[in-house]
Amino acid sequence: MHIHQTVIFRHKPVIIGSYSIVGPKEGKGNFGPYFNYVMKDDCFGENTYEKAEKKMIQSAIVGAIENAKIKPNDINLMLAGDLLNQIISSSYAARYFNFAYLGLFGACSTIAESLAVGASLVDGGEFDTVVCSTASHFSTAERQFRFPLELGNQRPPTSQWTVTGAGACVIANEGNGPRITMATFGKVIDWGIKDVNNMGAAMAPAAMETMIAHFKDTDTTPDDYDLIVTGDLGKLGSEILIDLMEDNGYKLGINYKDCGQMFYTRNQNTLCGGSGCGCSASVLNSFLIKKLREGEYKKILFMPTGALMSTTATQQGETIPGVCHAIVLESDVNSDQIKENKKRRNKKV
Amino acid sequence: MDNELKKRNEAYNKYVKAKIPKTKAWPSLFNSFIVGGIICCLGQGINDLILYWFPNMAQQTAWAYTLIVLIFLASFLTGIGVYDKIGKFAGGGSIVPITGFSNSITSSALEFKHEGIIYGICVKMFTIAGPVIVTGVVASIAVGIIYLFI
Repeated sequence: MHIHQTVIFRHKPVIIGSYSIVGPKEGKGNFGPYFNYVMKDDCFGENTYEKAEKKMIQSAIVGAIENAKIKPNDINLMLAGDLLNQIISSSYAARYFNFAYLGLFGACSTIAESLAVGASLVDGGEFDTVVCSTASHFSTAERQFRFPLELGNQRPPTSQWTVTGAGACVIANEGNGPRITMATFGKVIDWGIKDVNNMGAAMAPAAMETMIAHFKDTDTTPDDYDLIVTGDLGKLGSEILIDLMEDNGYKLGINYKDCGQMFYTRNQNTLCGGSGCGCSASVLNSFLIKKLREGEYKKILFMPTGALMSTTATQQGETIPGVCHAIVLESDVNSDQIKENKKRRNKKV
Repeated sequence: MDNELKKRNEAYNKYVKAKIPKTKAWPSLFNSFIVGGIICCLGQGINDLILYWFPNMAQQTAWAYTLIVLIFLASFLTGIGVYDKIGKFAGGGSIVPITGFSNSITSSALEFKHEGIIYGICVKMFTIAGPVIVTGVVASIAVGIIYLFI
């Protein structure tokens, strides 16, 4: 069933397995202890960074399938995307698997796009089990969008650090885990920002549009969610989003957070925070899903944003369009189980 | 309608511009002055040393050798991953001297070495330094023509 941009799932597809891989710098960041695997070096045993990124998607998918306790043959479809031209990391990783593949591109919002599409397909009964994955790598993104790694230049204060990370999750029509209850597909929004080093400002209007569309379609308010989390608006972008929402009559309180802003510690010198497909994907598949499984968060509005830009278009003087897709994740843990979990944790301490 | 969108975009750009964190001008200027100054002193030192060891060398030739040494040093520091750290601290101070030029070529060559010697290193080597070379050549042509008439 859908209302305007929002799909409300009848059967509420379940995330039965998840897995996250990050680079060494990310492992030292704020979410370090939550990731399933922290790479020892950025190359991940390969000779180029592009190959490393491909291997990260591969390993994340294998890990998610293991985590879901199913066989690779049970997977019907793979939905994946990344930041590189022609989404090579995803497509090349798909060579190693024996399932149907759909490549997606929503820049940094790809994880939500793949989850929303995957959940729709599963909910409609078209597929039983779907795997969604995205990845980004600092070194491959720098080379494609910016400068060589060893160039001695300074980064502007609005710039963000592309996260080296990958995440994958398995969606099925039944099982245990957090449930995807709604998805809001976003429009492409462009408010005329040209600065490629200020992606937060370029994407914030898209986040605003999708958020308002979601609240209107589902008749909810920000207070109905335990956590509203955007993908990689960064420090500046999330401040802008709060202002924009306020202009539209919505107050984002302490339950609003941004993955990019939280990702790195203050001493890691990432200026406005993390960005990239891997940013929201790795946080979702580690921290957020863990908290949902434990029942600490009951209802999350997860809405990664993407700046749909290319270096060619930017050099031709085009402004940067942004997009944002939102999904609602609900915990399947009831209050008794939460109490039990808390007791168990207290005993450990 | 179109006008309205334009107005909205302009207003938004203005709002964002006001919100952007500003770079602190004085500390950055100070850092680049110090590092740039050190690089220049180093150049002068190398020049003096060359002239000290080879007293019969013409000043012009000594300058050429000084440049070669500086270019090598910057290139070497880029290769071992130190120059980008200096650059992060110094900004313009390490970009403007000839060492910055050397760094821009070496870093591009390093970055694209996996695409092969011809399509990687040779093609991409001048992606950043290219505009500098073109400007230099064009400027020298212009100056040459002016010189011809005066």
